[in-house]
Amino acid sequence: MSPARKPGSTRTSRVLLPLLGAVPFVGILGGIFFVNRVTPYVLGLPFILFWVVLWVVLGSVVTAVIYRLDPGNREPVEAEEVSS
Amino acid sequence: MTALVVIAAFLLVAIALGVRARSGRDMSLEEWSVGGRGFGTVFVFLLLAGELYTTFTFLGASGWAYGKGGPALYILGYASLAYVISYWLLPPVWRFAKEHRLVSQSDFFVQKFDSPVLGALVALVGVVAMVPYLVLQLTGMGIIVSASSYGHVSPHVAVVIGTLALTAYVTVSGIHGSAWTAVVKDALILGIVVFLGIYLPLHYSGGIGKMFHSIDAARPGFLTLPHSGLSPAWFASTVLLSALGFYMWPHTFSAVYSAKDPRAFRRNAVFLPLYQLVLLFVFFAGFAAIIAVPGLKGSDMDLSLLNTTVKTFDPWFVGVVGGTGMLTALVPGSLLLMTSATCLAKNVYRLARPDATDRTVGRLAKLLVPVLSAVALLFTFNGGSTIVNLLLMGYALVTQLFPALLLSLPSRRFVTKQGAAAGIVSGVATVAVVTLTGTTLADLLPFLPQPVKDLNVGVVALLVNTAVLFAVSAATRASTVPSAVPVAGDAT
Repeated sequence: MSPARKPGSTRTSRVLLPLLGAVPFVGILGGIFFVNRVTPYVLGLPFILFWVVLWVVLGSVVTAVIYRLDPGNREPVEAEEVSS
Repeated sequence: MTALVVIAAFLLVAIALGVRARSGRDMSLEEWSVGGRGFGTVFVFLLLAGELYTTFTFLGASGWAYGKGGPALYILGYASLAYVISYWLLPPVWRFAKEHRLVSQSDFFVQKFDSPVLGALVALVGVVAMVPYLVLQLTGMGIIVSASSYGHVSPHVAVVIGTLALTAYVTVSGIHGSAWTAVVKDALILGIVVFLGIYLPLHYSGGIGKMFHSIDAARPGFLTLPHSGLSPAWFASTVLLSALGFYMWPHTFSAVYSAKDPRAFRRNAVFLPLYQLVLLFVFFAGFAAIIAVPGLKGSDMDLSLLNTTVKTFDPWFVGVVGGTGMLTALVPGSLLLMTSATCLAKNVYRLARPDATDRTVGRLAKLLVPVLSAVALLFTFNGGSTIVNLLLMGYALVTQLFPALLLSLPSRRFVTKQGAAAGIVSGVATVAVVTLTGTTLADLLPFLPQPVKDLNVGVVALLVNTAVLFAVSAATRASTVPSAVPVAGDAT
């Protein structure tokens, strides 16, 4: 990102990214109370198992999106290293 | 015999890899335990994944799918949440560790809170939590050797053989050995688990969907969570506890130090959850075992995968499965042993003898390896818990380090060393009392609604821990603030 957009990207990494990160928690921890059943079978899996598998995959997708949006990952590696 | 010969060959290859990785290197304590901090994304991935695919996954997860059904799914759920947390948690931990050249987890607490006593407390909690984890690896090795001998080697003798193999392996190789064996192990376990997870349901039920339908017809409700006990409230609290505790294990924590740059963690946080899907095939194999070898009760449910293998395949293949299973105990087992030894030598012994040299501490760490193996062996003989229950106990203990760690990260922090220590002690004490006396939340507070009674005890202890942490920090803050500020900025 260009330096002019720095304030915006800081807000993104402070607020939006953790919010995105919370989504899989809601899906697994909250969702489980509503999906505790066998039917309908999806891809041969009982529904509860399908749900957990779905969120493992979505967890990866969400983290990939966070990685792409996080301005910290666009700097060269050296910038992140600790200068001791 | 064929199966045992194959397993012995696996062990020799693992030891050879360890020796080869070590040759030509001067092994300081830092080199021996954190690999000189030179591992890139791929090696860190393999070490952390090597941590993930332990005997717990191989025998424990299939055993719970076999014996408990639906509740086993928690094992699939927690790691992916832990990776999301790791995206933010690990980079600051790594940076601080690198800046201060830290080796063990308790070093982190010593440095952050400027308190060697807190460091020793953390080391002790870590080692105590690792005992059940180590016991479960040994239990797994015992099951593997005994089942692959077709009953010729008794489980007790098998556990002793496994322990000796593990101790020899750790003494020879250190972390470089673990990383290399992790490469071999991961390739093997992926292949084996996916094969078993597809083949066994096909062979015994004609397909995965058919298998689930017939299990559901024979035992309605088995594939879901029960209304009380291992209920959705238990599931959610256990997944949360395990996700928070995931990186609190001393060996996982110090594996984090071995990375070359913090981006390795962020990248791994994207890919590790997918690797987690291997567990799905472990579940398939465990559910297929219900049809193949019915009737295993209690802790015998951990035998289900191997008994099915023995019943289904030729001895040479049983050897390959057993050998792979042994590697899944060897790699994490070696990390556990090495880390416990380093923690005790560096953070407990050093506290008593501050003038001890690095050489002495390093030598003591290596001497402690066989001692710790022997202790774990004793507990293994007094066993009777399933592999999953052992890990749940370890998680309940080790997660008590999470609040203090998390709250130590901000540069302007509220938590004091007294608060951190009091929180950890009260959390661990809660777990210990509940576990040792066998009381449940339902006995103590019978008026609570059922979902609250089903909460994992570790989560309840975590709440006690956090409350005490805040109360004691608030009380001790006034007296420590003047000294806490320079400590936080004091880079030595």
